[in-house]
Amino acid sequence: MLTVEGLRSRYGRIEVLHGVDLFVGSGEIVTVVGANGAGKTTLLRCLSGVQPVSGGAITFRGEAMTCVPAYRRVARGLAQSPEGRQIFTNLSVEENLRLGAFIFADERVERDMADAFAMFPILREKRNQLAGGLSGGQQQMLAIARALMGRPACLLLDEPSMGLAPILVAQIFEVVKALKALDVTVLLVEQNAFGALSVADRGYVMETGRVTMGGSADELIADPRVREAYLGI
Amino acid sequence: MSDLLQFLASGVTVGAVYALVALGFTIIYNASDVVNFAQGEFVMLGGMISVAGVAAGLPLPLAALIAIAVTSAIGVALNTFAIEPARGAPVVSLIIITIGASIFIRGVTQIVLGKGTHRLPSFSGDEPLHVFGATVLPQSLWVTAGAVAIFVALWLFFTRTLTGRAVLATSNNRLAAQLVGINTRFVMTLSFALSAAIGALAGVLITPILPTSFEVGISLALKGFAAAMLGGMGSPKGALTGGLLLGLMEALTAGYISSHYKDAVAFFVILAVLFAFPRGLYGSNPTERV
Ligand SMILES: Nc1ncnc2c1ncn2[C@@H]1O[C@H](COP(=O)(O)OP(=O)(O)O)[C@@H](O)[C@H]1O
Ligand SMILES: [Mg+2]
Repeated sequence: MLTVEGLRSRYGRIEVLHGVDLFVGSGEIVTVVGANGAGKTTLLRCLSGVQPVSGGAITFRGEAMTCVPAYRRVARGLAQSPEGRQIFTNLSVEENLRLGAFIFADERVERDMADAFAMFPILREKRNQLAGGLSGGQQQMLAIARALMGRPACLLLDEPSMGLAPILVAQIFEVVKALKALDVTVLLVEQNAFGALSVADRGYVMETGRVTMGGSADELIADPRVREAYLGI
Repeated sequence: MSDLLQFLASGVTVGAVYALVALGFTIIYNASDVVNFAQGEFVMLGGMISVAGVAAGLPLPLAALIAIAVTSAIGVALNTFAIEPARGAPVVSLIIITIGASIFIRGVTQIVLGKGTHRLPSFSGDEPLHVFGATVLPQSLWVTAGAVAIFVALWLFFTRTLTGRAVLATSNNRLAAQLVGINTRFVMTLSFALSAAIGALAGVLITPILPTSFEVGISLALKGFAAAMLGGMGSPKGALTGGLLLGLMEALTAGYISSHYKDAVAFFVILAVLFAFPRGLYGSNPTERV
């Protein structure tokens, strides 16, 4: 479904992705784990088109995506819940969700919103409150729900567990697992390698702008190098 | 008592213009975090181009429409050729770019339209109206009504239209706006066009009362900026309140103290706001914007 080949990207003169290759198959949950600063966020920013690509190619559902402007990528089926949630703090929860469906103007928006509320009942309770007043975990749920309102074929999740209490982290990973049942393909970026690998089908390890390892989630969890470097075992 | 009413009436008229200039600052600031000091030039262009159109024999409404359209195009050009290429530069550099652009616009206007000072004819005569003992020029009513109409139209645009919501979303969080499929570059272009058009319309409305020349933009920018700061940069409601308050303060200063001090009011307001309450009356928490 999503193929990334030799992807390069830079901030000013400093290259931070030095040729990343990865593949996400339809219906899979694939995770990219790696330490802080490895380039995971930059990779997702490139996939969503909000970060210039200086080399390589992104192919999504058979179409070249590299030159598609960011605002057209949701329509192509690629939505992202970005690092740090990036919700619209001055707008209500409901308005945030409606903006997630910005490119759609049909009656399915209401149904999708009902689905989002069924998935995250707390958001229904707070639907008229300003999103900026939500707790961290609620904001994360809102960010995921907003991305789902874009009806993605593939959902990009950047560090959804970051900064959350352990119980919420578990809840967020449950949500990721549940997406599989909804036929949404997921590319999950995480520093929390153990949590991510336990819900993923496959994974990649990223180090300083390169993919250094890849395999099934079980293989990676069992790999001594991964255990030492990322699982602290 | 009738003195006071008189001062209030003239304060509201001038304040309405400051409110429109402040609104221009607000729209561009929200879309791009840029404080656009060329905002005053938009007002000047609105007046000067209309004057040129009328002098060339066009009817005033047509001249005004052309002035607004040309000024919008200049606003879009400012974004496309000066602001957009510098995307990612520190905000201070962007502000300096707008100051440069305003000097450039002034220079070109002086060359093309001359150094003279001009007035437009009033829209519906100069016969003053008497309201509760104050004399009010019909043009003052045009200015006030025009400002009210623009604020209402803009409010409807932001709350009722999809494009308006895209602008609001972009000003709240540009990255998130891009990620939900909003064309934020178009939003920027639109914001510059809108700000320039509002500035030009303010220029058309006020030029029958305050004569215009290529130089009037500087002080209008300063006063609009003061009004926007007072109301809270980024808040349309603040722009309206700040503009009216500044207009009233100026009129009262001119009436009860001396008209020499009138122009100092704006400086005083800027300093007072910066020192005492940098967010202004309705400004959002600066850390929330980051
Ligand atoms: N806006 C930026 N400007 C310059 N360098 C950046 C910027 N964002 C990230 N970087 C650098 O790019 C590298 C990769 O960062 P990032 O993609 O955020 O990694 P991760 O998400 O894996 O923590 C890091 O070295 C970081 O310092
Ligand atoms: Mg990151």
